[in-house]
Formats: sequence, C-alpha cells, structure tokens
Amino acid sequence: MQFSSRTKKFTTNSQTELYSHPLLFYVQPPLENISLVEFETFAVERLKLLKTIENLGVSYVKLSDQYIKKLEAESKALNFLYRTEATGLLPNGGSETLVYTTEVDLFRYRFNDLYPKQKLEFLHRNNLQYDTISVEEKKALHDKLVSSSYAFSGITVEDQDFYKVPFQDALDLVRLRKVYLKAGYVYIPHQEIVTIVLNDFRTRLSKALALTARSLPAVHSDERLQPLLNHLSHAYVGQDYSNQKNVGKISLEQIDSLSGKSFPLCMRQIHQSLRENHHLRHGGRMQYGLFLKGIGLSLEQALQFWRSEFIKGKVDADKFDKAYAYSIRHMFGKEGKRTDYTPYSCMKVILSNAPSQGDYHGCPFRHSDPELLKQKLQVYKVSPSGIIQILELIKGMHYQLACQKYFELTHNVEEASFSLNHPNQYFIESQKVLAGGRDIKRETDAPQKPQENSTKAPSAAPEAAANTQDVAEMTEELDSFFQDA
Amino acid sequence: MPASDYDSACLPDILPLYYRRLFPFSQYYRWLNYGGVQKNYFQNREFSFTLKDDIYVRYQSFTTQNELEKEMQKMNPYKIDIGAIYSHRPNQHNTVKSGTFQALEKELVFDIDMTDYDDVRSCCSAAEICPKCWTLMTIAIRVLDRALRDDFGFQHLLWVYSGRRGVHCWVCDKAARKLSVAARSAVAEYLSLVKGGDETMKKVVLSDPIHPFIRESLVVVERYFPLYALQDQDILGRKESVDKVLALTPEDILFRTCSRANSSIAQANSSPHFISLKSNLQQDFQNEKKPENRWNLLKDQAKRKQATSKKGQHFEKEIMLQYCYPRLDVNVSKGVNHLLKSPFSVHPKTGRISVPIDLKELETFDPFAVPTISMICEELDRPRTVEEEDKSEETIDKENEKDAAESRKIRDYKRTSLAKYVKCFDQFLDVMARSWKGELLKKSDLQKDF
Ligand SMILES: [Zn+2]
Repeated sequence: MQFSSRTKKFTTNSQTELYSHPLLFYVQPPLENISLVEFETFAVERLKLLKTIENLGVSYVKLSDQYIKKLEAESKALNFLYRTEATGLLPNGGSETLVYTTEVDLFRYRFNDLYPKQKLEFLHRNNLQYDTISVEEKKALHDKLVSSSYAFSGITVEDQDFYKVPFQDALDLVRLRKVYLKAGYVYIPHQEIVTIVLNDFRTRLSKALALTARSLPAVHSDERLQPLLNHLSHAYVGQDYSNQKNVGKISLEQIDSLSGKSFPLCMRQIHQSLRENHHLRHGGRMQYGLFLKGIGLSLEQALQFWRSEFIKGKVDADKFDKAYAYSIRHMFGKEGKRTDYTPYSCMKVILSNAPSQGDYHGCPFRHSDPELLKQKLQVYKVSPSGIIQILELIKGMHYQLACQKYFELTHNVEEASFSLNHPNQYFIESQKVLAGGRDIKRETDAPQKPQENSTKAPSAAPEAAANTQDVAEMTEELDSFFQDA
Repeated sequence: MPASDYDSACLPDILPLYYRRLFPFSQYYRWLNYGGVQKNYFQNREFSFTLKDDIYVRYQSFTTQNELEKEMQKMNPYKIDIGAIYSHRPNQHNTVKSGTFQALEKELVFDIDMTDYDDVRSCCSAAEICPKCWTLMTIAIRVLDRALRDDFGFQHLLWVYSGRRGVHCWVCDKAARKLSVAARSAVAEYLSLVKGGDETMKKVVLSDPIHPFIRESLVVVERYFPLYALQDQDILGRKESVDKVLALTPEDILFRTCSRANSSIAQANSSPHFISLKSNLQQDFQNEKKPENRWNLLKDQAKRKQATSKKGQHFEKEIMLQYCYPRLDVNVSKGVNHLLKSPFSVHPKTGRISVPIDLKELETFDPFAVPTISMICEELDRPRTVEEEDKSEETIDKENEKDAAESRKIRDYKRTSLAKYVKCFDQFLDVMARSWKGELLKKSDLQKDF
C-alpha cells in the first residue's frame, strides 16, 4: 500500500498520540483539510478493502491464518482512512452495515494482536477504566475463578490478570456463565477482555456511523463530491434487488411450495407463521413484503396475497383495506413519500429491529434461541452433522455463513458459488440450483398453470370492489407502476 | 384445601368494596413513585386492566395517587397488570409521533409458573397445585433470591404469590430498572439451567468445571431434594418414575467405560453395556425399596464414574437439577415492555389476592392460606371490638376529613387477614426508601453547588 507518506503527514498534528496507537476507536471526526483527490483515493481504497475483507470472510473461515495475513497486509492503510469516513462519505445504506461487521472483525483481529501491556494501555486510553484485582483478592477467590472458566487449560490463575467489570459491560460472558460473577461485577481473565472491548467498540462504532450519517448534508452540498458519492454507493454496496424485471413471474399459488424450496430460513419462518396465524406484525410485514416484492410479486398480487391471508384471521376485508392496504402500497412506493423501498439485506435483517415477543421477523440464525433453531432444522430435515456445523458458525457469530451453510445443505451443493448477503440473492441462487443450470424462467414457469392463474386474478376484484373509488385508484396506480417498470 | 367460599360470579359485587376500603393505595403509590427521584416516573408508568368479560384495556396511566384511586374505584378491574415506564404518558400514546413512544425502564421481573414443571411432578398437573409441589416454588425463590443478591448485587427484591399457581419476583433496584433488553436476557439466561421442551429428555447438562453459581444453586437443591423428590414425589418409588430417572443416566458413558470388561455380554446384545449396568442398578433397586437408599445407590454409581472417567460426570446433580431447579419464563424477564400481574391484584379464577411473600417465613408460606377477596370482605363485616371503636373515635377527632378517610382505610385492612401481607410490603418499602433518600440527598447537594 502506498499511503505511508500521507500517513506520516498526519502524524504531526496534535492528535498524534491517539492516532498513532495501532488501534483506534471512532471517537472524533477528522479535523484536517484534505484534497479532493486524496479524498477520492482513500475513499475508494477503503471501500475496496472492506469489500475484500467481507469476501475473505466468506471464503476463508474468519480469522484463519490466511485471513489474518491478508488483513495484516491491508491494515496499514486504514489508520488515516478511518478518519476520512467520518466526513460522511459512506451513505447511510447497505454500506453502513458492511462497514460495521468488517470493522468489528478487523478490530477484533488487531486487538488480539497487541501485547498484554499494549492492551491495558489501550483500555485506559479509551476510558475503559477497569481495574485488575489485587493478589490478595485473587487468592481469596482462587477456586471460584478457576471453576468459572473452562478457557483455563494449562494457564493458572496466578499468571493471569483479572479485571473487575460491571456485569452490564460483559453480557455475553454473563449469558454463557463464562466468568465469575459477584455482587454485580464479573471477573474477567485478561485473555477474555477482548469481549468487553468489542462491545464497547460496537457501541462507539454505531454512534460514529450515526454521526457520519448526520453529517452527510455538508458533504453532499459540495457539488464536486456528489457524482463520486453516487458512484461509490452503487459500486460497492452491491445489488439492491429492487428491480422489477421479474414482476409477474410468480403466481400466488407457487408461494407455499417456493417457501419450502427456495426461501431462506428467515422468510420461510415468516411465511409459515403468516399461514398459521393469518397475521403478521409490522416488522414481519416489512421484511417479508419487500422480499416478496423482490422475487417478483406485483402490487396487485401483493394486495391479494396479504388480504386473503389476513381475512382468514381476525381482520375483515374492510379493516384490511383501511389499516393494511396502505402500508402495502407504501412498500411499492405508491403512498406517502413514494419512495420505492428495497428489500432488506441480510445485514439490515441481522442488525436492525430485533424481533420481540410475537414477532417472526429477523434472522433465525441471529435471533433464535439455538435450541429452538436446532429443533426447527431437525424438522426441516437438516442432517445432525449439518446442524452441528450451523450451530458452530452461529457461535462464532457468522450468521450469514450459517445461512449459506443451510443453503448448501438443503440444496445439496458442496460449496455455494456465491457469498450470501441478501435474502433475495438466496432465492435467486436457489432457483438457479433447482433449475439445474437451466434458465430460471423455465423453472418458475413450470408449475404455473396460466389459465388457472388468469381466472384467479380477477376473482380478487369483487372483494376490492367494496370501495370502487379504491379500485379505480389502484388500477391507476398499477398502470403507472407497470409503465415505470 | 377448599378455595374457601369464593365464587367469581360475586366479583362485580365485592370488587368495589375491595378497592374502596382494602386495596393498599398509599403503599402501592409509594412503591411505584420510587421516592419521586426521577421525574414523571409514576406518571409515565403503564397499567393495564382486565375488566369484566375479559375486556382488556392497556396504556392506562395516572398522574397522582388520588387519580389512580379514583380510576380504579370507577373501573373495578378484575385484574391489574403493571407495565413499563414510558417516554410519554401511556394514556396519551396515540397523540405522540409514532416511534417516539418508547418503553424506557421497568423492574427486572421473573415469572415462575408451576405448569412448567409438569414433567417432574406427579401429584398435580396444569393449573393445580398442592402442598407437595409447592416446594418447587420455595426452591425457586431460594435459588433465585440468592443469585440475584450475591451474584448480581441486587438488594430490593419483592417476591409475590401470583394468586394461583406461581410466584413473581420484582427486582426494584435502580440498576435493575435501567437494564437494557439485552442485559435482562443475559441475566435470565445466566439463571436458566433447564433447557429444552417436551421432546428433550435430558434437560440439564453440566459441563466441567461446575460454575460457582451452579454450585451454590446445588446447595439449595440438595437441601430440599430428599424430602421433596424422594418422599413427596416418590421419584424412585413407582416403576415408571424410576424408569424416568434411569433414562437420565448417561448411556454412552456407561457403554464406553464398561465395554471391554463385559465384551462377552457385548456380543450377545446389540447395545449391551448400559443395559447391563442399568439392569444392575435396577436389580439393586429390586432388593432395595427405600427411596433414600435407592438414591444412595445411584449416587454411588455416579461417584464411581467420576473416579474412573477423565471428564467430570455429574449425572446425579443433573437429575436433581432437572427435578428441582427453577424454570423461568425467559420471555417475561427479557422485555422492558412486558406486562406482569400486579401485587395486590385479585386472581379472578381463585379470588386470591396476589400478596408479597415474607422470605423470613418462606418455609411456612401456604398458598392456600392466602386470603381470597370474599374472605377479607367478609372480615370487614365482623363487628369491631371495643378497642377498635375507641381508637377510631380518637383519630377522627384529631384529623381532618380527608385524613380520616385515609386512616379509616388503614384500619380497615388491619382488621382483615390482608394485614400481615401489607405489613410485609411496608417493610420492603421502608428498606427501599433508605436507598432513594440517599439519592435525593445527593441530588439536593448537587443543586446547592450551582
Ligand atoms: Zn402437587
């Protein structure tokens, strides 16, 4: 990497100490002026790097030797680039989450690479004032400390420093009972402190990314940057699966069978609960509705699909039209701000809006209790060894890899030829595999009976006709919709 | 034990009396106001009421104790649930911009329900309870109370009988009320040992070394196990319950360690060794009928395994925990906005009042002795003693009318069997008041500095 000279240039300012440290939290935006050319170069390099890392993470198991070497080679360039990000370069879209996970990975690696003394320095420099316990206290608690951690193979408690940390700062360790807990404090062996630092890093990173998003207008107002930004966000964030080239390729009758064959687990789960409960809460409607739109449901089909399911439950047709139809048209950009919403990516599903009681959305690999997930996978006939592999990936927080493994197992492919980052991508890849290399179109057309389909479609009309005004409005919207597409 | 003379049909008649003369409003307000340390803490609290015919009204909120009293006396809820403290007044949640109305804080709560123990109690099932299985609740309280205090450092724990078949715990420490959803679920998972549903046979698996928290919990469980499991539930008595216990002994381990020694039998039988060992134990059980001795035989087996195998074998501990360890409804604890039945609410099915449990008398706590609403309302009708009359004359003279009404209510509950439970609640509040006094002092000191 050829950034060394530039990096040097910036090590002369007052913030030298903080930035020269090999690790860096997102605490402050950059204060220096940079030239547009520099900006562009760094920004592009940065995004390329992040993309590389993301892909690396898929092809090597994360943090394997090769992966670390690759990271190591690239990491020198990062110190300065960290700061250019805070100028608002990264749009508040898919790239934010991409940055998020890769940064966390990168950070984990870099922290682990520090010497113990450097780790301590780092903690204190970043206001993580956790104290190590005294020798006496360690002696008094010796047995408890030993029996609190199965990570102690060979290392004795005497040789380890233990940090005393409020339990709220070490939830992952508390949850798994991996540490000794007394009076609200956990006693963390030095080698485990990374868990805490990572938590702190995640919090700061989220905050910094939010700040970045807020500072966007300032950068956008610089007209010289606008084309660059547009270019960047398209080139590096990846496909958004919102294009409607495939509209109408799928009939409503196919959805049940497709959900078993080609839907990722998250969508299969939502679909199943919708069929069972004839209802879905907002989070589920958004995640699933946009996915269906992405696989090719038209607005008309979507309205019919949701209406026919909801009225089987507690919602009558009238209430559906009043309370729910709006939000479905909204999804298709036909109401409100008329934004054409794009289907959620895996990152969005994993990171935002975690499901709570009564919700069925989210990522099953991230948000389900592993025990429940295991049972579900058994029901879906995933082999016991496959389940173990999936649970192993989840333990390492590789949710997308777990999903990809699920794909491989359920489609009988040795190794998927893509790196999964979007539920709609999953669907497309699945259809490809099922078509056995044949044209996708033929496969989806095959089970579809055109005549039946054409008689089904108008049958929805009498229901909707309850409000003729609405129907007229809808056709009008549909017309314009198809013209758009 | 008879559910006394309670009949749910009479609720519409006696609820007004209960809310007018017996419900401990001032203590209740004192609790939920938390000393007024945080602004709008009481005002932004959600209450939800279940009215007659299961009509459920959420997002009720009240500005003062007086308003709470008036509304409850007007609506006469069959059941009261308490929710979170929100960013805005819950009764105005429709008027604020969507997305801004958010649950901010709530006590950390635990819900233990006897129905979750159906696979390990033989005396009752579903909603039934009896003195035999109630021990499970005693164990649950002992285990969790210890862990929440010693491990997590919480101090203000209110244990409440749910009125029917379970208990609730309200952890009221400031730090507990501020916990995030993630933190609540971490606490609940730390405290959960029994995993898996109906399909899972072995629900407790310990790994080596045994975490201090589990050790401490075992100390509690071991204390109750002989009387509860061996005697009251007789888990080593009848054949089918013995089989259930034997099914929890580790087959693969038994197989591995013994296969060489018994290779001749091995050839005769496809999966012979654990069967032979188990039948050993079964044979031993034939000669030994006393449950305590049978348990000792099983423990001996465990000890032998522990001596011979490298990895720790804890199956006797796992069995004890599976039969006795508290089973939490994790989802209730996780959510900040999850509702939980309020103390001093009536249980509409049993008529029993949801009362605080005094841990000093936990061993003798008898759910069947908890008063029903009809019982305490009847107690009000009993003629007053002369002593009571004298006292009331005196106080009415001294105080103005409003206070008189208040003090009449105090005297009212004191004349019923609700009194001792309100007293227990009072004691809990007194201790907690000391903590918020400290905070108020700090606050006023800060203000002086400016
Ligand atoms: Zn019973």
